[in-house]
Amino acid sequence: MDIISALEKEQIKSDIPNFLPGDTVRVHVKVREGNRERIQVFEGIVIRRSGGGLRETFTVRRISYGVGVERIFPVHSPIIDRIEIMRRGRVRRAKLYYLRSLRGKAARIKEKK
Amino acid sequence: MVKGILGKKLGMTQLFTEEGKVVPVTVIEAGPCVIVQKKTAETDGYNAIQVGFGEIREKLVNKPAKGHFSKGGVKPLRFVKEFRIENVDDFQVGQEITADVFAAGESVDVVGTSRGKGFAGGIKRHGFHRGPMAHGSKYHRRPGSLGAKGPARVFKGRKLPGRTGGERVTVQNLQVVRVDKERNLLIVKGAVPGPKNGLLIVKDTVKA
Repeated sequence: MDIISALEKEQIKSDIPNFLPGDTVRVHVKVREGNRERIQVFEGIVIRRSGGGLRETFTVRRISYGVGVERIFPVHSPIIDRIEIMRRGRVRRAKLYYLRSLRGKAARIKEKK
Repeated sequence: MVKGILGKKLGMTQLFTEEGKVVPVTVIEAGPCVIVQKKTAETDGYNAIQVGFGEIREKLVNKPAKGHFSKGGVKPLRFVKEFRIENVDDFQVGQEITADVFAAGESVDVVGTSRGKGFAGGIKRHGFHRGPMAHGSKYHRRPGSLGAKGPARVFKGRKLPGRTGGERVTVQNLQVVRVDKERNLLIVKGAVPGPKNGLLIVKDTVKA
């Protein structure tokens, strides 16, 4: 195997759950404050997964105090402690950008059966 | 110790830091290099070590080169370069230079040959601005005025289209992110000149 892919393979995490756009996830993020490290949870809907291999990222969208907040995480980032899947959503496309223009009841996603 | 090594560009990738930051890096296969010859002020007029790198088939080595390598008692190597140093006595011919002459956190300069771009226009070659592409404009990517009318000639050094790339380029002050002695790897932050498998000279930085 060539060295570049070997280096990338070393960094790829194997314990990533199989989540998809439309799923509601809870991302446990390690936050460093001075010397202390604590876990912060960011919960929301996955609206996209982009890229591949080591460079893959996903975007989580949530409504916080009435304001839409999106956070982009690299899937294999070491600051992600773990990812919990709360709910599987039934969606018909890979990028859920249409959610940005919807709010309230309209921005709900049906649960997968 | 000499702060220089020859290497081969393997390509770019990314590494995560502990804080989760993504660092774009270039992976260089650095060495092992072998000292082929020592040059001293008495015999050559300056102090330097001559360093070889890269495997080569026996058939591709011509007779003069074969003689030069056998004089030092080393195997023929593909590339030979010199590093100017103060004190030649610290080195022996046949001594190996490995990637661990550098340590993570140090800064280096990387020299390579940039990718050839062929005959390129002023925009690619010198960073000229282009004209409007629409609204009836016919002046898209031309170089503009070549100078005043009075001298009735174009001055030397006028920036014009021409052969671009394929020249020696130095990138200064790149940070060494990781050194892997077993695999002879030197991982530096940022991009370096040239295509994959291109020859690189990695030196201690002149900055700082």
